[in-house]
Amino acid sequence: MAKISIQEWFSLNKKRDKEKEPQRLNIPENLWVKCHSCKTTIYNKDLEANLKVCPKCGYHYRLSSRERMKITIDEGTFKEFDANLKSCDFLAFSDTVPYQKRIEDAILKSSLNDAIVTGAGKIGGISTSLGIMDFAFMGGSMGSVVGEKFTRQVEYAIEHKLPVLVFTASGGARMQEGIMSLMQMAKTSAALERLREFCLPFIVVLTDPTTGGTTASFAMLGDIHIAEPNALIGFAGPRVIEQTLRQKLPPGFQRSEFLLKHGMIDAVCERKNMKEVLTKILTFFAEQ
Amino acid sequence: MAEKINLLAFEKPLTELFKKIEHLKKISEISMTDEILMLKKRIETMRKEIFLNLTPIQVVQVARHIMRPTMLDYINLVFTDFVELHGDRNFSDDPAMVGGIAKLNGKSVVVIGHQKGHATKELISRNFGMANPEGYRKALRLMRIAARFNKPIISFVDTPGAYPGIGAEERGQAEAIAKNLREMIALTVPFVTVITGEGGSGGALGIGMGNKVLMLEFSIYSVISPEGCASILFRDAGRAPEAAEKSKLVAKNLLELGIIDEIIKEPIGGAHNNCEQAAQNIKAAVIKHIDELKKLSHGELISHRYQKYRKMGIFTEV
Repeated sequence: MAKISIQEWFSLNKKRDKEKEPQRLNIPENLWVKCHSCKTTIYNKDLEANLKVCPKCGYHYRLSSRERMKITIDEGTFKEFDANLKSCDFLAFSDTVPYQKRIEDAILKSSLNDAIVTGAGKIGGISTSLGIMDFAFMGGSMGSVVGEKFTRQVEYAIEHKLPVLVFTASGGARMQEGIMSLMQMAKTSAALERLREFCLPFIVVLTDPTTGGTTASFAMLGDIHIAEPNALIGFAGPRVIEQTLRQKLPPGFQRSEFLLKHGMIDAVCERKNMKEVLTKILTFFAEQ
Repeated sequence: MAEKINLLAFEKPLTELFKKIEHLKKISEISMTDEILMLKKRIETMRKEIFLNLTPIQVVQVARHIMRPTMLDYINLVFTDFVELHGDRNFSDDPAMVGGIAKLNGKSVVVIGHQKGHATKELISRNFGMANPEGYRKALRLMRIAARFNKPIISFVDTPGAYPGIGAEERGQAEAIAKNLREMIALTVPFVTVITGEGGSGGALGIGMGNKVLMLEFSIYSVISPEGCASILFRDAGRAPEAAEKSKLVAKNLLELGIIDEIIKEPIGGAHNNCEQAAQNIKAAVIKHIDELKKLSHGELISHRYQKYRKMGIFTEV
């Protein structure tokens, strides 16, 4: 056998690895997933069947607005509102990518028009005005469209005497819309003040993650606050706090259970029980 | 205050002139006063010119100037008979938020506002004007008193933002701000907000939902600081000047966008060069707007405020 140098040996190995790669790619994608939390390998179909909750450790994966709708709303009862509202780049804002392009990319990627889907539907037979945020659309950020759709959802509820339910998932205000995104906090909170005057309930389900301007407006204004387990919920993001204080944050900080302990939410509810709990709450408010 | 040179980087052309004045003063005989006066005039004209063409990031620097007048600097110049009221009745008193009763043009009002400071010690004790939940709850308590006893409210906004701390999260910073936003809409009295320095995001809005929102000429109002914006969106905090430009945070832009109702002129070289003048300008503007709002009934005041914020947002409907 011819002698080879160490470098050559390494490069040979590299070549071999490269040849192996096509084989690896032949395995169907997403057949198995490794749990983010407990690292157990789970058969993807099992995960889907379990409402995207790890059967081993109970880790709740994020849901798209479509997935959420499917497991929450009575089948065939949902009517979407304002799907024709679209964000626009009125500040001519561009960071690494122009905002207009970001909007278009997000629409393509998520096949949604913006970070919230609103409408009316039934839950456990009770008519409800619904909003479901989607983190996949620019981090669920609240710009003019999210603010407007939520506000109209509340106005619809006032007009038709319905309870309002919202699932939050948002990184906060949409910076690309500058001050106008801040004003959505004012607008949505104002709408909720009117809802109160009409004595209609507002229920918030906080899902991972809910932070920033969304938390500091409608997400914390519910008559009832329910959170999914271990969801990150806070005003400032954990990185901002760490940078400001220059110290590590305690484990569990800003998670649902932490908020429960500090009196900010009514209950932590596992996904499999969510619809049942929501039905009970809606029934409580609907009872004459 | 003005001559204690606290010049910003872009005021550099003035340093030489200030030095000259210092020099003349040192060797001064009475005969030099004319020269000094002339130099001062030159400084004034140059300053005027410099301040005519500030870039957004330069405005940010003026808004954050260590000598920029604070709420407590203005309070006895704009109002009389101020009595400070403390505490949120739940947890503590927040020194970053000041509030109380006072008289404006002889009539009783409630005043609330963020408080920074000029010296390190005060800045630290006031947490650099970054309020905790207690601050927002104290402000709400005072606003409710105003509404119950039919007194107008004036809020002064000057904060980098609500404090992002562990205790603030534990005690519900988000809830405190959110509740203020909702409750401010329903106040039955005239409510005017003046942004005097930094209008930092939710921390500013948390006391800033007046029927009228006025802004000092060299103050800023934004959803995130230019540094924060640059570090998140450009991944480089050094690009803050660009972020300041793009996020349209100066008074002129905000007036165009319909976010604010009026720009209050500042004295030459910014409010810190003549606090009294700045206070007089604020006073005149606030009195004008409060008087106008007093003509509205309780219901009209609420609906005026509701319509103002309901309209905000730009999108397309396809």
